[in-house]
Amino acid sequence: MKIIVTIKQVPEANKVAVNPETGTLIREGVESILNPFCEYALDMAVKLKIQNPDLNVEIIVISMGPPQAKYALIRCLELGADKAYLLSDRAFSGSDVWATALTLKEGILKKIGNFDLILAGKQAIDGDTAQVPAELAENLGIPHIYYGFDIKIDKKKINVKKETEKGYKVIEVRLPALVTISKGPSTIRRLPSMKDMIEARKKPLEIINAKSLNMDENKIGLNGSFTQVVKIFSPPTKKAGEIIDGNDSINAAEKLFMFLKEKLIV
Amino acid sequence: MLDNCTLCGSCINVCRYNALSIERAMIPLEDLKKFEGIIIWGELENKSGQLQFKKVVYELLGKALELNKELNEQISVAVLGPPGISALIDELFYYGTDIVYLCEHELLEDFSNDGYTTVFTSLIIDKKPSIVLYGATIKGRELAPRIAARLNLGLTADCTGLSINKQKQLVQTRPAFGGNIMASILSPYTRPQMATVRPNTFSKVKSKQSKKGIIEKISVKLEKQSIRTKIIEEISSKTESINIEDADILISVGRGIGSKENIKLVHELAQELKGTVSSSRALVELGWTKHPIQVGQSGKTISPKLYIALGISGAIQHLVGMQTSDIIIAINSDPEAPIFKVADFGIIGDLFEIIPQFLKLCRKNKESSL
Ligand SMILES: Cc1cc2nc3c(=O)[nH]c(=O)nc-3n(C[C@H](O)[C@H](O)[C@H](O)COP(=O)(O)OP(=O)(O)OC[C@H]3O[C@@H](n4cnc5c(N)ncnc54)[C@H](O)[C@@H]3O)c2cc1C
Repeated sequence: MKIIVTIKQVPEANKVAVNPETGTLIREGVESILNPFCEYALDMAVKLKIQNPDLNVEIIVISMGPPQAKYALIRCLELGADKAYLLSDRAFSGSDVWATALTLKEGILKKIGNFDLILAGKQAIDGDTAQVPAELAENLGIPHIYYGFDIKIDKKKINVKKETEKGYKVIEVRLPALVTISKGPSTIRRLPSMKDMIEARKKPLEIINAKSLNMDENKIGLNGSFTQVVKIFSPPTKKAGEIIDGNDSINAAEKLFMFLKEKLIV
Repeated sequence: MLDNCTLCGSCINVCRYNALSIERAMIPLEDLKKFEGIIIWGELENKSGQLQFKKVVYELLGKALELNKELNEQISVAVLGPPGISALIDELFYYGTDIVYLCEHELLEDFSNDGYTTVFTSLIIDKKPSIVLYGATIKGRELAPRIAARLNLGLTADCTGLSINKQKQLVQTRPAFGGNIMASILSPYTRPQMATVRPNTFSKVKSKQSKKGIIEKISVKLEKQSIRTKIIEEISSKTESINIEDADILISVGRGIGSKENIKLVHELAQELKGTVSSSRALVELGWTKHPIQVGQSGKTISPKLYIALGISGAIQHLVGMQTSDIIIAINSDPEAPIFKVADFGIIGDLFEIIPQFLKLCRKNKESSL
């Protein structure tokens, strides 16, 4: 059984800011990490592999990104993936959801071929859009289920526990299908051991450019994107709030009461 | 520079000197002009056995009315559901709806990506709107991209701002990088322009009089086989049936509460302020609260009128889920707690001292006003 996990490398979200003069992103000194939700998806794949030894699960990770995104993929290989593909080319730059989903589709069909299950993180912590997986599923003609947190494989079907607004649902779907993962099987970060790291070096990691995917230039990168970012800016800064000392709890409670009264809440 | 480049393309788009510009063929304006009107997805929810529209539907209508001052087109709501839902529709006409497209079918009783995509897609092809808006709810976030991919359309997710520019294009503004930056986005080449919008971002506008709107029944063609997912069971417990995304007032509790038993105090406060209780992830991990009420990156993004954080440190993953709330109040014993950076009003102190005093005040106030 082939499980594909889509991977994104992201800047540590809390450190990114806008340069007020140029209106561009300041990325200096911002570290890149494996998107935590992608890591959850990978963890889920590893769990399925361990739980189903008879299925001969092969875990393949694929990412579209800049050359340095290979470090996120190496991390995945250390954490249990068997094989990695990085779709990397300047021609892919500026891809929006549509262009990204299309490029991933081509990468999957041309490099991996048949597969049974695709797992993706529920969202990337930089863009937070959560839209690439559904578009990828549509492009591949397979059903998708969002916000999964547990999966059971039953021959050619899976049962997915999926978060809802009020609790959860169990949904059955035939494979192949795509599931996005909102919570990992374990919330404790795993750190690869020395042995994992050495093993990972022996696993294949292939870097693929636009040409070898043979894609129409007009469908990739900025050219292939239907949306266009016209402006980026810092969010309007909130004026600093009133912070008071609560050692005198009666006084503090009174001030809180007055504040809420002013806002017409009490 | 190259080392830091993530090929996100934002530099190309904003470069003032056009040094990095990439040319792209323009679609003839005439073709785009054939698309007219705003369609809003009338998402339904089941509230204690009763179907009703989600609050965000009314919020989207409020925004559509504002956009329509520039456009002067028709505002319609697409309602997909099981037969027998037409009684719900009247309410929509108080919020500015001109037309309701009513798509009823047994197979639309339960939401499915396959079923809803098929029906909504044919409606869009048929009606040719210039804008389609969805709530950025769990279902909206699953449905919109599927439709966008099927129709080859641009889509902007999770918008917090919408406006119309001089060229009559929809300017879609959304936060990125956990709210540290904002981006304004256009879909210049495709129609309809599609966006999902965060609940609690726009206000609803109810008028005293109902518009004389039209209900257009759409004949729905849907086959059982085309829905590839099957719901086996659905679990929603009592505490979980409160949707924190809909609450105007949230009283949120974190690890500072010390024990599961102590959460009682927070419920008392919530009762007093007519609010709903939510929590940080730390408590969900301890098993003291349930995941559906978790606020933050791996929980829900909420934006109530009032958010009170009690014993919550304010980790970035928490902040991204709540920092767009109208008013934020924090009580925390640690003056360095990052939650104070986003608070409109903060008390550095012990919540076990302050809340009981506050409750006393509320009760005294009530008595005196009787
Ligand atoms: C990928 C990822 C996703 C995550 N997603 C989320 C998410 O969705 N939501 C989320 O909340 N977290 C999330 N986290 C976890 C987050 O990093 C924090 O660990 C968590 O928010 C901390 O919860 P807390 O503030 O309740 O607890 P703590 O950080 O332990 O804070 C407790 C606070 O209570 C205060 N306190 C203690 N006693 C008192 C008292 N008597 N009176 C007043 N104050 C007191 C302390 O000063 C302290 O500031 C995520 C983490 C990761 C890595």
